[in-house]
Amino acid sequence: MGYLFMAYTIIWALLAGYIFVLGKRQKDLKKELKVLEDWKSEQ
Amino acid sequence: MKQPSAFVDRMLYILLVPAMFVSLYLIFIWSPIEKQMGASQKIFYFHVSTAWVAFLAFFVVGYYCVLMLKRPTEDRFIKAGISAEIGVVFTTITLLTGMIWGKSAWNTWWTWEPRLVTVLILLFIYIAYLFVRKMEGTWEKIAKLSAVFGIIGCINVPIVFMAIRWWNTKLHPVVFGEGKNQSGGGVEPDMLVTLLFCIGTITLLYLFMMRKGIEIEKMRLTVRKAKSRVIEKLAS
Repeated sequence: MGYLFMAYTIIWALLAGYIFVLGKRQKDLKKELKVLEDWKSEQ
Repeated sequence: MKQPSAFVDRMLYILLVPAMFVSLYLIFIWSPIEKQMGASQKIFYFHVSTAWVAFLAFFVVGYYCVLMLKRPTEDRFIKAGISAEIGVVFTTITLLTGMIWGKSAWNTWWTWEPRLVTVLILLFIYIAYLFVRKMEGTWEKIAKLSAVFGIIGCINVPIVFMAIRWWNTKLHPVVFGEGKNQSGGGVEPDMLVTLLFCIGTITLLYLFMMRKGIEIEKMRLTVRKAKSRVIEKLAS
């Protein structure tokens, strides 16, 4: 039972980790896009 | 009106969430407990599913890499890169769950057995592929150089699949099809239903991640182009 728990913990941790990385990339890009849009509207 | 791509994303999400819960129900409650290995055998469902998706991801990389050698485009470069990233994540999961399976079934975390070694080589090839993509240089040159790595990795996929059949390993069982001195088809019907459902669910997860990843990378491209326009404007 311990091995089963260990395996599924690793599976969910890695999947959640990758989804978190994707989410962070998107968040950072949205921030950059906002800065560029603000700059454009100021011009 | 909503964009069709947003609709597809939403549909994928709507299908994926219940499918994941049904998979977990099938694994932990519905499917029988195997007599010899006990509960640890249930690792098998996600282990095989993630291995299947890793292979699929690397075939997708190979497909776009061949196209890139013919004519490199940003769209192909992005799709190959995201598929490789997902492939690396799923191969890591396959290797780690395989190690845990090995410890419970063979009483060892690692053994230099053909299937394990070929999977490890596959993982290293795609990690190298992702590093090559980050190299400095002209975009076209990097696209073509990384495409070569992508194709080499893709060629390794059938070798991984056939390893236990060609080198007649006693440790890794042949589940589907016939191997040397081993007969395939060793999955009970209830277990097979669970396995096929899990493969379907993880494939949906791959499609969802792939679409999200492509969307993000295209956004990155837009930001980069907007930045260079700003720099040009400031310089003039």
